[in-house]
Amino acid sequence: MADELQMVLAGADERDLTNLAEYRAIGGYATLEQARGMSREAVIEEISSASLRGRGGAGFPMGRKLSLVQPPEAAGKPTYVVANADESEPGSFKDREILSRVPHRFIEGCLIAAHAIGSRHVFIYIRGEYLAEYEVLKAAADEARDAGVLADVTLVIHRGAGAYICGEETALLDSLEGKRGQPRPRPPFPPIAGLYGSPTLINNVQTIANVPIILDLGVAEYKKIGPESSPGTVVYSLSGNVERPGNYELPLGTTLRELIYDVGGGIPNGRQLKAIIPGGSSVPVFTPDQIDTPADFDSIQAAGSFLGSAAIIVVDDRACMVQLALRAEKFYMHESCGKCTPCREGTRWMVGLLEKIESGRADHADLDLLRNVCDRVEGRSLCALGDFAVWPVRSYIDKYRAEFEAHIDGGACPYGGSSSVRGVMAPIDLHRHLPLAEVPA
Amino acid sequence: MSSLQDEIRAAAEPYPDKKSAVMGGLRLAQNEYGGWLPPEALVEVAEALDLTPAHVQSVASFYDMYNLAPTGEHVVEVCTNVSCALVGAQQVVDAFSEELGIRPGETSEDGKVTLRTIECAGGCGYAPVVVLDHRYREPTRPEDVRAIVEELRNG
Repeated sequence: MADELQMVLAGADERDLTNLAEYRAIGGYATLEQARGMSREAVIEEISSASLRGRGGAGFPMGRKLSLVQPPEAAGKPTYVVANADESEPGSFKDREILSRVPHRFIEGCLIAAHAIGSRHVFIYIRGEYLAEYEVLKAAADEARDAGVLADVTLVIHRGAGAYICGEETALLDSLEGKRGQPRPRPPFPPIAGLYGSPTLINNVQTIANVPIILDLGVAEYKKIGPESSPGTVVYSLSGNVERPGNYELPLGTTLRELIYDVGGGIPNGRQLKAIIPGGSSVPVFTPDQIDTPADFDSIQAAGSFLGSAAIIVVDDRACMVQLALRAEKFYMHESCGKCTPCREGTRWMVGLLEKIESGRADHADLDLLRNVCDRVEGRSLCALGDFAVWPVRSYIDKYRAEFEAHIDGGACPYGGSSSVRGVMAPIDLHRHLPLAEVPA
Repeated sequence: MSSLQDEIRAAAEPYPDKKSAVMGGLRLAQNEYGGWLPPEALVEVAEALDLTPAHVQSVASFYDMYNLAPTGEHVVEVCTNVSCALVGAQQVVDAFSEELGIRPGETSEDGKVTLRTIECAGGCGYAPVVVLDHRYREPTRPEDVRAIVEELRNG
C-alpha cells in the first residue's frame, strides 16, 4: 500500500501556509537564512549531491544547471533566476497545487537558488490562465518583500497569455523578453546565454520548491526517499478515468498500479483499464500489462516512455484510441509555434490522416503514411514539441494497431457513437470567437 | 498621453528591458478597451513601450488570451483536452451550445455570452473544467449548465 509523503506540500493540510507567519511558524525561511550564510559553492554542492532532478518534464539534474551558470562577476553582467510556472502539459496540474498552497516554500527556493548563482533577479513566469494562483503567489511575494525576506533580490511575477509552447524554456525566455514565444536554437543553453543574453538558471516550480527541503533535511536524509537515481518525492497528478483523481505527493518510484488502484481507487463504474499515459499527453502510452512499472524517471524510460511532469492519465475501455490520438494531435497542431517546418506542417498532416482514419475513409496506405510522417517529424525541430506531437500518435498506432485497422477495414469507427471521447475533436478555430457584426455596447 | 499608457509604463519598471512589459501592457489595454484589442489599443501599447504596432500585433496574435475581436459580456470557456474529454467534456460543450443557442466560437444574440473551447487549463483532476470570465469552475457537469447560463444572462 502506497502512502502519501508530503514534503513539498508538508504542513499545508494543517495550516494556511499562504500566510507568512504560518509558514515561519513551521520553520519557513530559516533555511534561506542558513543558505545565505553558506558559500554559493556549498549550496550548489548540496543540491548536486542530492541528485535533485527537474520535475518539469526533462528530469535534468538541477545541480548541473546551477554549476553551469556563470557568476555575475565573471559574466560582467547581471544573471537571472527564472522559475517556470507555465504549467500547461495536458494532464498536469501539480504546480498549481504548490503555487496556491505553499507559495512561500517556492519563493524560498527561488531565493536560495538566486543566492547559489549570485543573482539578484528572480522572474516567475506563471501561465495566464492561473489567475487565482497568481493572486495567491503575488500576495505571498508582497508579504515576503514587506517583511524584508527578499533582501536585495527583486522578484517579478510575469503572467503568460495562453501558449503551451512557453513552457519550453527558451520559448519562455523569448516570451519574457516581450516577443512571440518561440524556441531558440541551442547552444547556447540558458545557463550561458538566457534571459536578455545573460546567464540564466531556469527551473520548474516543483524543482525549486525541493531546494529548501534538501538544505533543511540534509542530503543523506533526502536521499533515503525514492530511488537512488531520482530521490525525493513528486506530486503525481492523477486524471482521466480514475475513481479519485487529484494531486498526490509520494516518493518517486511508486508504481503505476499503486497510484491508480491504491491511491486513485481504481477505474470507476466497473470498467476495464485500457491505457495509461504516464507523463502528460505528450509521452508514449503504456498498455495495462505495464502497470507495475515504478513511476520514476529511469524506470519509466526503461519501459519505453517518460515520467514527464508525473501527470498520469488513466483511460478506460470506452475510449476509441483513434479519437484520442486525434484529440491529442489537434492540441499539438494548435500549439505548434510555426517556427520549424517539420512540426508546423507535420502536425497538420497527422491531423488530416487521423481524421481520414476516424471517419472510415482511409486505406491501409494512409496508416503507413501516418506512421511514416511520425518518423519524419521526430527529432527534427528546435524544441521537443515536434516530438511530443509524434509520441502519442505513434505509440497509439504501435500498441493499438488493430483498432486503427478496424476503422479502415470496417469503413467506420468501430465504436459507433459510443466512445467516451466521441465528438471531442476540438476544431481549433473554435478557440477564437468569430468577429461580431455588431459590437455589444 | 493617456492614463493607460502611464499604467503600461509603470508595469514596465521592474524589467531591465521595457519591451518585456508588452504582454502585461496588452492585458491592461484589453481590460481598458472592454475585453478586446482594437487596432487603437495595439497602438497605445506600442507608444507606451516605444515598439512598433506591428511588433505588438505579432505578440497579440500569438497568444490565445488576447482577443482580437470583441466578445460578449461574459466568456464561457470549456476545456476539451484529453483528461476533460475522457470524463465528458463534449457533453458540457453540447449543453452550453443548446442552452445558449450558439456553437463554440459564437456569441449569443443578445451579446451576453461568448462560448468557446480551450486547450488544457490545468484542472485535469477536477474535470470537466469550465472557465467563466477567467475563474475556474471545477468540475462542471452538463446538468449544471442551465443554472450557469441563467446566472450569466441575469448578471
